[in-house]
Amino acid sequence: MFIRMIPEIGHFALVIALLMAAVQGVMPLAGAALRRPLWMAYARPMAAGQFLFVVIAYLCLTASYLLDDFSVANVANNSNSMLPWYYKLSAVWGNHEGSVLLWSLMLAGWGYLASRFSRELPRDMVARVIGVLGLVAVGFLAFVLVTSNPFERLLPNVPSDGADLNPLLQDIGLILHPPMLYMGYVGFSVVFAFAIAALLGGRLDAAWTRWARPWTNLAWAFLTVGIALGSWWAYYELGWGGWWFWDPVENASLLPWLTGTALMHSLAVTEKRGAFKSWTVLLAIFTFSLSLLGTFLVRSGVLTSVHAFANDPSRGFFILILLGITVGLSLLIFALRAPRVSHRTGFNWLSRDALLLINNIMLVIMTVTVLMGTVYPLLLDALDLGKISVGPPYFNALFVPLTVIMCVFMGLGPTARWKQTDPRLLVKRLWLAGVAALVIAAVMPFVIGGEWNAWVALGLVAAMWIVLPTLRDLYDKTRRAESFGAGLRKLSLAYWGMQLGHLGVAVTIIGVAVVSNFEIERNVRMAPGDSVEVAGYTFTMQQLTSRRGPNYIADGAEIEVRRGDSRRSFTMNPEKRVYIARGMPMSQVALRPGLFRDLYVAMGEDLGDNSWAMRVQYKPFVRWLWLGALLMAIGGVLAVVDRRYRRLATSRDPEDSAREDTAREATA
Amino acid sequence: MRPKRKQKLFMALGLVSLAAIAVGLTLYALRANINLFFSPIQIVAGDAPYERQLRAGGMVKEGSVRRNPDSLDVEFTVTDYVEDVRVHYSGILPDLFREGQGVVVVGQLQRDGYIKADQVLARHDENYMPPEVSEALEAAGYSPADYQAKAAEVAERVEQRDRAGQN
Repeated sequence: MFIRMIPEIGHFALVIALLMAAVQGVMPLAGAALRRPLWMAYARPMAAGQFLFVVIAYLCLTASYLLDDFSVANVANNSNSMLPWYYKLSAVWGNHEGSVLLWSLMLAGWGYLASRFSRELPRDMVARVIGVLGLVAVGFLAFVLVTSNPFERLLPNVPSDGADLNPLLQDIGLILHPPMLYMGYVGFSVVFAFAIAALLGGRLDAAWTRWARPWTNLAWAFLTVGIALGSWWAYYELGWGGWWFWDPVENASLLPWLTGTALMHSLAVTEKRGAFKSWTVLLAIFTFSLSLLGTFLVRSGVLTSVHAFANDPSRGFFILILLGITVGLSLLIFALRAPRVSHRTGFNWLSRDALLLINNIMLVIMTVTVLMGTVYPLLLDALDLGKISVGPPYFNALFVPLTVIMCVFMGLGPTARWKQTDPRLLVKRLWLAGVAALVIAAVMPFVIGGEWNAWVALGLVAAMWIVLPTLRDLYDKTRRAESFGAGLRKLSLAYWGMQLGHLGVAVTIIGVAVVSNFEIERNVRMAPGDSVEVAGYTFTMQQLTSRRGPNYIADGAEIEVRRGDSRRSFTMNPEKRVYIARGMPMSQVALRPGLFRDLYVAMGEDLGDNSWAMRVQYKPFVRWLWLGALLMAIGGVLAVVDRRYRRLATSRDPEDSAREDTAREATA
Repeated sequence: MRPKRKQKLFMALGLVSLAAIAVGLTLYALRANINLFFSPIQIVAGDAPYERQLRAGGMVKEGSVRRNPDSLDVEFTVTDYVEDVRVHYSGILPDLFREGQGVVVVGQLQRDGYIKADQVLARHDENYMPPEVSEALEAAGYSPADYQAKAAEVAERVEQRDRAGQN
């Protein structure tokens, strides 16, 4: 009895969560405006209650999946009794309804965390932050309940089995990618709430930025990992070895990442120098708005993309309205209140402040170019001016030069000082790094690919120009300590976070430059006994096989791979699977990963007479792409666990922390 | 006060010029890299430019796929059930490429009237129809129900033919 009611319990829990979110959105904000402590006190319990009920709803949906309750439409469309249990868990968010529910779950979770870790904040600030998060939650929970109810039943004609999860989504990458990405997207809602709260309260001080910074970094780190996982998944799962397609949906995740990166840096200036306050607030608004735009693009079905499931236009309309209200209202609040929080501080044009400003401008320009390339076709289509698509050449033509220009400033930034830097100091510290970067870039293309390539060299100059000044900086910072190790230990975690983040960018740039220019792809027709040579490796097809998996049947090939004349060989086993429930074919790629090169074999199509079209690829340095992203994310997290944020949670004495800070800056 | 005002002026000028450069470059790059979509009707009517990157789409015509037995060259016909366009492609077709299913090809229209495709896109979901294709079909006078029924019919025939071929 109880088990059969699970979907209804979930549905009911969602309704309660929506009501709690409504109270959470209205009472604390009204209380903060009218100075009623009792009303403000609604904030924390409501945030906790909303989270609890969304968790219950989410667990109910998960239970329906695990119990194969095909009377629930969502389960019947996206699961199957043969599906392994771990894919049943991830199938929950492998579809529109479930993924919006996951979105709401994350939002409620971030809201709960924000309410838990805000003991140090003034009461009205907490009330406003949680109130704004409550309003956002109202929008999303209403979206789930009105347009995308995951608990809808198929009664009385219950199907005997489900339609199965799209085979492309039956993969570890897809178990992890959406939750990570959503943690990032939704995480920016906390910073957004902080920004709005600061505007409403008319107070934006150093304490505020200290508060906002860890949340920004954390959300940004999740988003970074989410994007990297998506790229990694596309690389091995789609079967043609691409890792970034400038697909509108990828762009949708890149946009908030770019402004989020700008926001992190702008927050640094706001904390240290009290400058760029309104700019920081504006970036926070834009970042969250772009997260919403991304959700709109992906969930509305306006895009032709891997992620486009057959969709209902009313959903797109709902999110568009939500987006309009959020952007419109927050910009209105910004316009009315920004003058109250802004504050002028002068700085020299050669200073870390100015360099970070340039970094921000570059990132915003990148955002605008990507946004235009993504939205322009949609606008033309909406205005009935023709159907166009914007191809990767557009994005590459703009993104690559902009990235290189930004790298020039990234090399200077960490060495420059706040407020004012002597140009002679910069020259003195950096000339050696510059020369070394040029030399390395001139030589390395020959070492890596055996030939000169201007693009690889350009990428390497850019990457080295980021890495080498870092080393020089480490040397300068530890030179005066009694030993190198002792010097290293003195450096703050935030400093390590920054350097690691920058190092990650360099590593990714090297990966992109090398793999795009030195990769080799051969599409060949192969029958057992045939062989093909790619980049010094000989691939020989030994035999064709076939087998049966849990929910698919697979044709496979055994490929023996030998490097040059070496005796040692290994086998690679690509497969072409047909998933039974949907009759959908899918290529399972065989990969031989390595730090410096991947070998990649995929089965194309059966050409009859026992031969297959095979795709054989050599991908140098492709792992560096994702390694770099991982380093960036670790950098972001390291900066969060830095002492000065932890102290915030324990010490209540602002004087004390201010004193320590001046001491720290004096040593830096 | 003056130096501050000067700084502000420079900042504004810098921002404006950077934005202008960015927008200019963007528009230029957009113009050079836009791929317009054409349906078979439009292509046969001569609306599409020759030897420029474009996108075309429709259903893969039943029984139109011809392979070269020695290489990966393949030819097929894309139709909106009114007009047909021949497509030449060399490489591996996507997993969901099937006779009777919707596809989008990216390539150049040649003077001889066929499209030399660099890319063939089929969707990643069985039941999904590229929106351009479904609109082109509707423009050609078919309702979604029509062509979906048609696609299902073709799929069934193709499957029967395959089964007969195997036996």
